[in-house]
Amino acid sequence: MEQLTILLIVIPLMVAPITALIPSEKVTWLLTLIVCLISLGISCYILYEVIDGSHVIYELGGWRPPWGIEYKIDSLNAFVALIVSAIGCLSCLFAYRSVPDEIEEKMIPLFYAAFQLCLLGLLGIALTGDIFNLFVFLEISSLSSYALISMGKNRKALTAAFSYLILGTIGATFFLIGVGFLFAASGSLNTADIANRFDTFKDMQLVETALIFMIMGIALKAAIFPLHSWLPNAYSQAPSTVGIFLSATATKVSIYVLLRILFDLYPIDYWVDMLLPQIMLSLGCVAVIYGSYRAWQQTEMKRLLAFSSVAQIGYIVIGFSLVNQLGLTAAILHLFNHALIKSTLFIGAGIILYRTNTTELGNLRGLGKDMPWTFAAITLAGLSLIGVPGTVGFVTKWYLLEAAVEKGMWIVVITIVLGSALAIGYVWKIVENLYFRSKRKVRIQDVPSGDSAIAKTPRTMSSALWIGALLCIFFGLNTELSFEAASSAAAAMLKQ
Amino acid sequence: MIEYIIGHINYWLIVAIMMVGLYTLMSRSNLIKKLAGLSMFQTAVILFYVSLGKVTGGTVPIISEKYSLYSNPLPQVLMLTAIVVGVATTALGFALVIRIKEAYNSVEENEISAMDEKE
Repeated sequence: MEQLTILLIVIPLMVAPITALIPSEKVTWLLTLIVCLISLGISCYILYEVIDGSHVIYELGGWRPPWGIEYKIDSLNAFVALIVSAIGCLSCLFAYRSVPDEIEEKMIPLFYAAFQLCLLGLLGIALTGDIFNLFVFLEISSLSSYALISMGKNRKALTAAFSYLILGTIGATFFLIGVGFLFAASGSLNTADIANRFDTFKDMQLVETALIFMIMGIALKAAIFPLHSWLPNAYSQAPSTVGIFLSATATKVSIYVLLRILFDLYPIDYWVDMLLPQIMLSLGCVAVIYGSYRAWQQTEMKRLLAFSSVAQIGYIVIGFSLVNQLGLTAAILHLFNHALIKSTLFIGAGIILYRTNTTELGNLRGLGKDMPWTFAAITLAGLSLIGVPGTVGFVTKWYLLEAAVEKGMWIVVITIVLGSALAIGYVWKIVENLYFRSKRKVRIQDVPSGDSAIAKTPRTMSSALWIGALLCIFFGLNTELSFEAASSAAAAMLKQ
Repeated sequence: MIEYIIGHINYWLIVAIMMVGLYTLMSRSNLIKKLAGLSMFQTAVILFYVSLGKVTGGTVPIISEKYSLYSNPLPQVLMLTAIVVGVATTALGFALVIRIKEAYNSVEENEISAMDEKE
């Protein structure tokens, strides 16, 4: 059982170099899918084991913590690992037809190898209980995501990847400085050990500086307003598969790290006294309004979705800065729900890009009548993004509102409502262009002679899209499953 | 006060390197210079960690009867990993700059963003 946790890391780590050496695109795809499915299976099993509040502990190399690296899995670890591997499977399913279309043939094995390394890094962040180990995994996932983003078709992908590289490295280095300060104060790198002995060194000035450095670094990685500037370009220029995977996982995992730092590493009272909740709450509110407004301004679908991600991250920030059970539950739940919604929407955008070679909304007018099923799924996911009852978006917004009312934060309530209104605006913008505008001639991609496949949506793509869309509805109606995992994680963090 | 400054002279120098790195990173529009700044910034952090591990009068951490005071080896071990990460980042950065140069025929950020806006 304990050995399973490390397999989540070891399997992609072993398979990725092998993948890079195999020259066949089909085989490399199959290997990646198998890796994702195994990860999904293992993380489901681990979540099932720990959902009652117990822990699974694995000591790397048999060294006792705090000297050795320890993986201590509770329900939040397992939940985040589940999100990452589930989205990995979904984007891998989509990749089957999209990757050969967007990426040069000889680069495909390398693409899948980088994809697996990115998966490995994100899973590692989700599992490890050692802050330096976390930094290493953070860099593994970031380095591979820079490489993945730079493989986009347009040359803008290169500049987007470069500015992400610069900002991401600054973020990671800030985090490293914070870890150094904390190490200087505590002499330990193990999260549980630092938390246990916190009282012995809490008066040192270093500890406060360490917290600020770590939060700054991770906030940059998580694209929390105003540190989000790398996100829209990176996600909209990346190849479709990468956009799906990263938009749903990379920022979520960074938020998870932030939660760990705030709620597990440091005592809650410590940073509540520093006025951090107020600062983050206001940043979260601004992010919701600003992100939604900028999304509404966009005329290109992927950029619109990327800006909407900035807003959705704002909701998560609001959730945990309320520092109560309901708010934290909503934040953790929204990690999952937003991952699901955004990946579905990006899959939709990817299908449109595959078939029409453009995602400019102006060029897509009236296309809804040609691709009714695709657009039905996009509309469903769009409704979840707004938060219509019966979808996952509603569940989180409801808990978030309840948490805000419980705290008496009326300004937050107003922000959430206003954010949802703006969300109606930008989702409507997509729907209006697709259904209600008169038809324009859409440039369908050149079809190679004798091949009719490209004229219709490939089955792998549409199944990925519909799995996403149906899960949006499923988890909107059956809230127990995800809610139980999220609230057990929230209760563990608030030590209730 | 003077003693405090001289006693922490290594940290002051590290802060200076770090700021030079960050300033280069932000002020230059040449992408290669940006990467150089980034490298300096990372190097400063590596030096910071190595300084942390030094114990005055301590010796190399190999257990021997003659010595009782050892320097802390852990920060150095950590920094081996961080150096590898830094090298990988810089290498990837240079690879991106080469491809940017091929695609835009320029490595100046202001020229590149002007070209991007025109599209």
